[in-house]
Amino acid sequence: MTDLTSMTIAEARNGLAKKSFTSLELTDAHLAAIEAARSLNAFVLETPDRARAMARAIDAKIAKGEGGPLAGIPLGIKDLFATKDVRTTACSKILGDFVPPYESTVTSQLWRDGAVMLGKLNNDEFAMGSSNETSCFGPVVNPWRREGSNTTLVPGGSSGGSASAVAALLCMGATATDTGGSIRQPAAFTATVGVKPTYGRCSRWGIVAFASSLDQAGPIARTVRDSAILMRSMAGHDPKDTTSVNRAVPDYEAAIGKSVKGMKIGIPREYRLDGMPAEIEKLWSEGGAWLKAAGAELVEVSLPHTKYALPAYYIVAPAEASSNLARYDGVRYGLRVPGRSIGEMYENTRAEGFGAEVRRRVMIGTYVLSAGYYDAYYLRAQKVRTLIKKDFEDCFAKGVDAILTPATPSAAFGVGEKGADPVEMYLNDIFTVTVNMAGLPGIAVPAGKDAQGLPLGLQLIGRPFDEETLFSLGEVVEQAAGRFTPPRWW
Amino acid sequence: MSVDATTVRRIAHLARIAVTEAEVPHLQGELNAMLAFVEQLSEVNVDGIEPMTSVRPMEMKKRADVVSDGEIADDVVRNAPERQDHFFLVPKVVE
Repeated sequence: MTDLTSMTIAEARNGLAKKSFTSLELTDAHLAAIEAARSLNAFVLETPDRARAMARAIDAKIAKGEGGPLAGIPLGIKDLFATKDVRTTACSKILGDFVPPYESTVTSQLWRDGAVMLGKLNNDEFAMGSSNETSCFGPVVNPWRREGSNTTLVPGGSSGGSASAVAALLCMGATATDTGGSIRQPAAFTATVGVKPTYGRCSRWGIVAFASSLDQAGPIARTVRDSAILMRSMAGHDPKDTTSVNRAVPDYEAAIGKSVKGMKIGIPREYRLDGMPAEIEKLWSEGGAWLKAAGAELVEVSLPHTKYALPAYYIVAPAEASSNLARYDGVRYGLRVPGRSIGEMYENTRAEGFGAEVRRRVMIGTYVLSAGYYDAYYLRAQKVRTLIKKDFEDCFAKGVDAILTPATPSAAFGVGEKGADPVEMYLNDIFTVTVNMAGLPGIAVPAGKDAQGLPLGLQLIGRPFDEETLFSLGEVVEQAAGRFTPPRWW
Repeated sequence: MSVDATTVRRIAHLARIAVTEAEVPHLQGELNAMLAFVEQLSEVNVDGIEPMTSVRPMEMKKRADVVSDGEIADDVVRNAPERQDHFFLVPKVVE
């Protein structure tokens, strides 16, 4: 059993093709691992019957030589993706027992390619959070612990369930979404690989909306190669999403192992924060040295509006959220709390259905869009966003192929350690949020450990639709840093 | 800029979120902390800068004006907390 769950997707694909094991055996091994790891709270819904049925069906196809690129690979699905006839809640009480009569485009493409669904993964409520503590199903536990300590650590968020499950060998890969860092930050906290694709690369159709101009789906996996394999199935044009881009999907896996010789890697000076921990600084320069040793050239670059990305994000994202979440009114689906009038019913439903963080963001968003404040806040933030995007464009125009930064300002922290001051939690996304504001692709790759034995990640930021360069560079980092697996204690 | 208790109640009403009197001071503190955090944007010179309204430059997609879906009323009302036949039920809105 241990062998079957510790393989990479690439290894399992070979094993299935050679008939060393069946998808049903692989699926059963993962279902057993999930059952034994319930204390991590990574899954909010296990779907073993569906998983076995899907595995049997794909085994029959494999036997006939009709597999598909992900044939028989068991995956976990973030609970933000609508899955037909399977409860989808965005980990919010307000969606209650919502059972979608449709399937999200991204997941439908995974099933088209032969993947098997193990269940739905925990996340911060409506993906609003950086620690997975805002989920109505409770926090997810990081399989990593500080050396010599049994303090419960967060896996990051919002895709905390995805990151935790992949790191703990409960699924071979997982879907995730990233609005301000929700794929890359949890990947960094769990020593997994997380890819936030270019805006428009993956369809948003059927994914519970948070901030539509920032949201993008992507994979979390254990290796750069595995994340490239998943990306190929998740990406692609979808007429049902007006911002989905009609552009051929490359064979991302072919970029793995490609030479990075001569590539120009930008090191942005504004990411060198005051009071940045020495180990983050060290990791960052080590990453640069690895890329240099592989033949890349390091150049210092400037992204002057970096410090304004997070405050601008905390206007744009809540504004879009307040608009998107207006649909939860207790009428068409989900929770309804009665009131004396329809207005009171709306207010009671939303007060009880939304958690504290979501209420706070919806209110801020409502405020910055309200008459008299729109220009001062929302319009100004949209203009600052133009400047942030231009910073990157100027940098790429000078021939920079990709930008190297730390993924997070620290390693994973303890459950309940942050959050009294919301802004303190928001600072987690300081290195990742610029990428969403500019609509660029980014990848987080495990690169080392801090003094307490916790994983740390590096981020690579690419040109629009040049995920391939990120996979090539990410592979160099992975080869140099090695892979990190948490010791099993759960 | 900062918000007072009256503004907090007004925003909550605009957002259709019931707020008790006891919650107002706490919410006011949190909202003001966020507003203080975003205040630094006022130091950016945005003269002559266009607001970013589209992430990737692309022509707006249009589709043919034809019925592409439908006849799924059962599916549409399936998740409604209260329904009757193919109708959503709401508290009385017209006297």
